[in-house]
Amino acid sequence: MVVPQPVKSVSPHPMIEMRHVHKWFGEFHVLRDINLTVNQGQKVVVCGPSGSGKSTMIRCINRLEEHQDGQIFVDGIELTNDVKNIEAIRREVGMVFQQFNLFPHLTVLENLTLAPIWVRKVPKKEAEETAMYFLERVHIPEQAHKYPGQLSGGQQQRVAIARSLCMRPKIMLFDEPTSALDPEMIKEVLDVMIELAQDGMTMIVVTHEMGFARTVADSIVFMDRGEIVESAPPQEFFAHPKTDRARLFLSQILGH
Amino acid sequence: MASRPQTVRRPPTAGVNLSLNNPTVRAILYQIVVVGAVGLVVWYLVSNTIENLETRRIATGFGFLDREAGLPIGESVIPYSPADTYARALFVGLLNTLRVALIGIVLATLLGTIVGIARLSSNWLVAQTARVYVEVLRNLPLLLQLLFWWTLFRDLFPGPRQAITPLPGVFLSNRGVQLPAILWQPGYGYVLGAFVIGVIAAVAVSRWAKRRQASTGQQFPVLWVSLALILGVPGITFMAIGAPFALEQPELRGFNFVGGVTLTPEFAALLVGLVTYTAAFIAEIVRSGILAVNQGQWEAALALGLRRGQVLRLVVLPQALRVIVPPTTSQYLNLTKNSSLAVAIGYPDIVSVANTMLNQTGQAIEGIAIIMAVYLTISLSISAFMNWYNRHIALVER
Ligand SMILES: Nc1ncnc2c1ncn2[C@@H]1O[C@H](COP(=O)(O)OP(=O)(O)OP(=O)(O)O)[C@@H](O)[C@H]1O
Ligand SMILES: [Mg+2]
Repeated sequence: MVVPQPVKSVSPHPMIEMRHVHKWFGEFHVLRDINLTVNQGQKVVVCGPSGSGKSTMIRCINRLEEHQDGQIFVDGIELTNDVKNIEAIRREVGMVFQQFNLFPHLTVLENLTLAPIWVRKVPKKEAEETAMYFLERVHIPEQAHKYPGQLSGGQQQRVAIARSLCMRPKIMLFDEPTSALDPEMIKEVLDVMIELAQDGMTMIVVTHEMGFARTVADSIVFMDRGEIVESAPPQEFFAHPKTDRARLFLSQILGH
Repeated sequence: MASRPQTVRRPPTAGVNLSLNNPTVRAILYQIVVVGAVGLVVWYLVSNTIENLETRRIATGFGFLDREAGLPIGESVIPYSPADTYARALFVGLLNTLRVALIGIVLATLLGTIVGIARLSSNWLVAQTARVYVEVLRNLPLLLQLLFWWTLFRDLFPGPRQAITPLPGVFLSNRGVQLPAILWQPGYGYVLGAFVIGVIAAVAVSRWAKRRQASTGQQFPVLWVSLALILGVPGITFMAIGAPFALEQPELRGFNFVGGVTLTPEFAALLVGLVTYTAAFIAEIVRSGILAVNQGQWEAALALGLRRGQVLRLVVLPQALRVIVPPTTSQYLNLTKNSSLAVAIGYPDIVSVANTMLNQTGQAIEGIAIIMAVYLTISLSISAFMNWYNRHIALVER
C-alpha cells in the first residue's frame, strides 16, 4: 500500500496570499481590504462575531465565492475567472463544512473515491486503498460500507475530513467543523484535526474552539464587520488583545 | 459465567372482545357495510342496463368485433382497409395511440429535462426563455394547443398540387410531409444483423471501458466509439453487399399523394402538442427535483474539484431522481390519456376509432369497456415499469 508522506516544509513559502481583497453582496460590503498570508505548514485560526465574514473569506480561497477586487494567490496560482485555474486550485485545496455535506446516495467509501476517480483519474482500486488509509487515519475504517445517514455526526465529519484528504490537498480549509456537533463528539473531530496539523498540513480553521486554537494555531486572525482587526500568535492574542472589539469578543466567547 | 435458563416472555394475547367499542370489530363492520353498498349499486346499474337493452332489442356481447368495419382510417402502421374487421380497426387505433404515446413520452422527457435544467441556468436569457416557455405552455388548455398546431400545420403549407419540394422526393403540403420510402432489398437482413452486432459490440466496449477505468483510471471515449460501432458496422456491411438501394417516390395522383411515407398533419400536431405541453410540466418537476438537493452538495462536490457537469451527473441528479420519478410517472400517464384528445383533430387513435365503431354498431357499453380496458392496461404497464425503476434507483442509494 502506498503510504502518503507528510509534507515536510523546507523553506516556508506562501501557500495562500490575499492582497487587498474586497467583496460585496449587492450593496453590502462583506470583505473590506483583506490581507492575509499563510505560509506552507502554517495553521491559522480565524475567529470573530457571527456575520463578520469569516466563511465568506475562506470560501473566496477556493472560489465558492468570487471576490470583486484585489488578488488571491493559491500556491502561486492567481485565482481568476479562468475555469482551468479554478479547477487546478480546487484540486489543491480541501474544504470541510459545518454541515458535513457528505453525498447521501453514496457509501462512505464511494464518497471518498468519487473525486479521486473523476478528477485525478486514479484507478478505482488504488483510490479505494487510499480511501481506506485515510479512514484509518480518522479512526473509522469499519464504517467504509455504510451510508452517511447511518453514522453519528462526529463520524460523518471525520468522513468528510478523510474525503478531502483523499484528493491529497496541500491546504485544508475548515469552516466551523465542530459547530453542528453534540459536545461529546467535538473532541473526536478536533483530535483528528490536531493529528493533521502535526503532520504539517497547511490549515485555515474558522472555529470558536479556543482550546484548539491554543494548541495548534501559529496565528489567530480576528475578524469583525468584514475586516481583519487583529492577527497575532495565540499567547499574545489571548493575553493582550489590542482592540476593544477583540476584548469584547473574547470575554463573550470565554464566558466571563 | 453460568448460563441461566431464560424465561421466555411472549406478547400478551388479547382476549376475545366482540363489543362495538373494539376498534377491530368496528373496522370489520364498516368494511362489510361499504362492500355491501357498492355491491348494491353495481347490481342496480347492471340489471337496469340489461333490462333496457333487452327492451330496445340491442344485442350484447363482443360478437360484432368479427364483422366488417367499413370504416376508413386515415393512417395506419399496419396494412388496413375498410373491408377489415372491427377488431382489426381497433387494433389499428391502438397502435396509433401507442405510437404517439411512446414517441411522445421519450421526446417529452428529453425536452422537459433540457428546459428544466435551462430554467436554472445562470444565463439570464436562457433561464427566462425557459420560464416563459413553461408558463405559456402549461397555462393554456391542451385542446386549444392541439387545434393551434393542427391549424398551423394545415395552413402553413399549400395544397398538394403546389407542394413545397425542399429536396427531390420530399413534399410539404397541407396533407402532411411526404417522404420517399426505402424499399426492402434482399441483403438488408445482413445489414440488420450487422446493426445488432454493432449494438452488442458497443455494450461490450462500454463495459470494458468501465472495467479499465476501474483498474487503470484511464477514461475512454465510450460515446464516440459506441456511435461508430452502431453506425459503422451496418454501414460497412451495406457497402459490402454492394449498397443496394431503391426508393419509392411519392407521386401526386389527383388531389393527393400515393406511395412513400406520410407524416400527417394530425399526427404531427398531436405529437408536437402533447410533447411541448407535457415537457412544460416535466421541466418544473426536474427543476424542483434539482432544487430539492441541498446547495451544500454542490459546494462540497465543487470544492473537491469536480466540474459542474460532473456534479450534476454524479451527485445532484442521482439524488434529484428520487424526487423526480414519481410525479414524472403521472405526467407519462397524463400524456397517454391526453392523447385521446386526438378525436378533436381527427387523428385515428383508439378512442376515435372506437367512437366511430360504437356509433355504427350501437354497442356503446362494449365500446367503452374496450377503451377503458386499453387505457387501464397501458397506464398500469407504465406505472409498473416506473415503480420498478423507482425501486431500482432507491436501492442504489440505500
Ligand atoms: N449569499 C449571500 N448573499 C447575501 N448576503 C450574504 C450571503 N452570504 C453571506 N451573506 C452575509 O454576509 C455576511 C457575512 O457572512 P459570513 O457567512 O461570511 O459570516 P460568518 O462570519 O461566517 O458568520 P457565522 O459565524 O454566523 O458563520 C453576513 O451578514 C451574511 O448575512
Ligand atoms: Mg460562517
